[in-house]
Amino acid sequence: MGALVALSGLTVDFDTGKRMVRALHGVDLSVARGEAVGLVGESGSGKSVTWLAVLGLLGGRARIGGSVLLDGTELVGAPVRVLEAVRGKRIAMIFQDPASSLNPVHRIGRQIGEALALHRGLTGAAARAETLRLLDRVGIPAAARRLDDYPHQLSGGQNQRVMIAMALAGEPDLLIADEPTTALDATIQAQILALLGELRRDGNMAMVLISHDLGVVAENCDRVAVMYAGRIVEEASAERLFGAPQHPYTQGLLDALPDLDGPRRRLAAIPGTVPEPTRLPPGCAFAPRCPRAEAACAAAVPAFRMLTPGHRAACLKPAPYGATVRERAVA
Amino acid sequence: MLRYLLSRLLRAVLTIAAVVTFAFVVLRLSGDPALLIMSVDAPPEAVEAFRAAWGLDRPVWEQYLRYFVQVAQGNLGQSMRDGRPALTVVMERVPETLALTLPAFAMKLLIGIPAGIYAALNRNRLADRLTMVISVAGFTVPSFVLALILVLIFAVNLGWLPSGGAESWRHAILPVITLGLSGAAILARFTRSAMLEVLGQPYIRAASAKGLPWRRVVTDHALPNAAIPTVTIIGFMVGSLVAGAVVVESVFSWPGVGRLLVVAVSNRDLAIVQTILLLVAMTMVCANLIVDMLYGWIDPRLRTARAAGG
Repeated sequence: MGALVALSGLTVDFDTGKRMVRALHGVDLSVARGEAVGLVGESGSGKSVTWLAVLGLLGGRARIGGSVLLDGTELVGAPVRVLEAVRGKRIAMIFQDPASSLNPVHRIGRQIGEALALHRGLTGAAARAETLRLLDRVGIPAAARRLDDYPHQLSGGQNQRVMIAMALAGEPDLLIADEPTTALDATIQAQILALLGELRRDGNMAMVLISHDLGVVAENCDRVAVMYAGRIVEEASAERLFGAPQHPYTQGLLDALPDLDGPRRRLAAIPGTVPEPTRLPPGCAFAPRCPRAEAACAAAVPAFRMLTPGHRAACLKPAPYGATVRERAVA
Repeated sequence: MLRYLLSRLLRAVLTIAAVVTFAFVVLRLSGDPALLIMSVDAPPEAVEAFRAAWGLDRPVWEQYLRYFVQVAQGNLGQSMRDGRPALTVVMERVPETLALTLPAFAMKLLIGIPAGIYAALNRNRLADRLTMVISVAGFTVPSFVLALILVLIFAVNLGWLPSGGAESWRHAILPVITLGLSGAAILARFTRSAMLEVLGQPYIRAASAKGLPWRRVVTDHALPNAAIPTVTIIGFMVGSLVAGAVVVESVFSWPGVGRLLVVAVSNRDLAIVQTILLLVAMTMVCANLIVDMLYGWIDPRLRTARAAGG
């Protein structure tokens, strides 16, 4: 089974006018057809930048390097026409804040119709019928009446459903959901995630779920990659990543979550903060905050190690979970 | 929507009434009209007779009401210079002024808006910097200086165009350019910042992510949103169509409302000054009304708020 999308050595540098600042330091990641991949990390770790770079949506100040293959077609450095044909058609994207991701001055029917005209050549009555079907599919009640509404007349959850309908309009192979539920209430969150899962299975659509919420990712993804300071630091199947994480950063993230079962304990925050992209340490970017760091960690960026098939971590001292932070925290 | 419209209209009428009241107060404050018109050494009986004839011996509130009724009937008094009705004198000049301000207004829109959009789309590139340098120069140089520079170049040195007067359309060229350039510069800046604001919005990125070509993202998604703040400044420009050319008309000896105002002020021809004041207030109020209507048309969020009785 070949990868649908394969990122290798993907780098992004931003031209700040004075100098280039590297935001992404060579990301390797692949997504198979129909697969759900989670991308986890704190804000600024490069999760969104990775996929905006894939679609060429970072604007004129970003320099993108490395390679992105979509079914064998190189997207890095591809002409705008090629990228435009990929956006929305092969790879669609939905965003964190649905209310501001929809144009406030256009009716939602028109905004969905725009994508239908673009990717499927539908106009007029046919487009209207298909828009209705899509709105219905994403669970908007009384879709026929909603068609001529403006985004501000809908709730946040409904706007995200509209965004999803718009993303489905192109019948994409891959949907990038960039923090799709962060701006929504907890109950709406669950509904939207359930909807995304359902749509993915029905349409055999792959999905990348970008989130800082480990719980959301654990429940909805087959495979998870953890990002820190512009790099992937650990990647494994969801089960294994949450059951037996090896990288101290992943372990730290899990320690910061409360357990529903098990004894009451004080939540362990990771000390320190994420380094600025302009002030990265020479070695492992996590070393200054790492409980297991030693001299070698500060010397060079650790390379990936395959721990078990499908489980890799960029750490010189991978260790089983539980032996370190958690036991200390409980004690 | 109708309720909203009526409330706006009522507000417009109130604004005009306030201006009329203000004009009345100013007129009274500026001295005893009887003494102003008659000479100071006029016999007291004559002054009294004058007061009785013009109702100046009545209580102030009665004078105020009378004055109000007169204004409402379009009677704004007589020009002290030739005794003709003030309204007639002023209205004669309005077409002259519009002959300058309307083409200048078109020039502002046709140059200012495209320049602003172009600059925003090329942010921080040479094209943007150049446009903005010209724009800053355009609106920081006072219009009388710009007028004199244009006269110096095109009238004095090159001799292509007349330096003043209003005999032919060729006389209008320099004043129109003077008015148009500074307005275009202001509009370019406004349009640019409105566009930059909009281009940074998430829905622009979302529209690109949908697969829309950049050109269509700009025309279908960015421009309609950037139009909202730009309409405000265009509204101001509409409001100044009647009296926005005072300086330029003076420099180019153009017989419009602005020049009439300057002459009337220096002659203390109060009826004329007051008429122009009211006319300016009316155009401003009308322009505001138009802008409000446009907002509702462009921005569906406002429409909903208004339908809800906001």
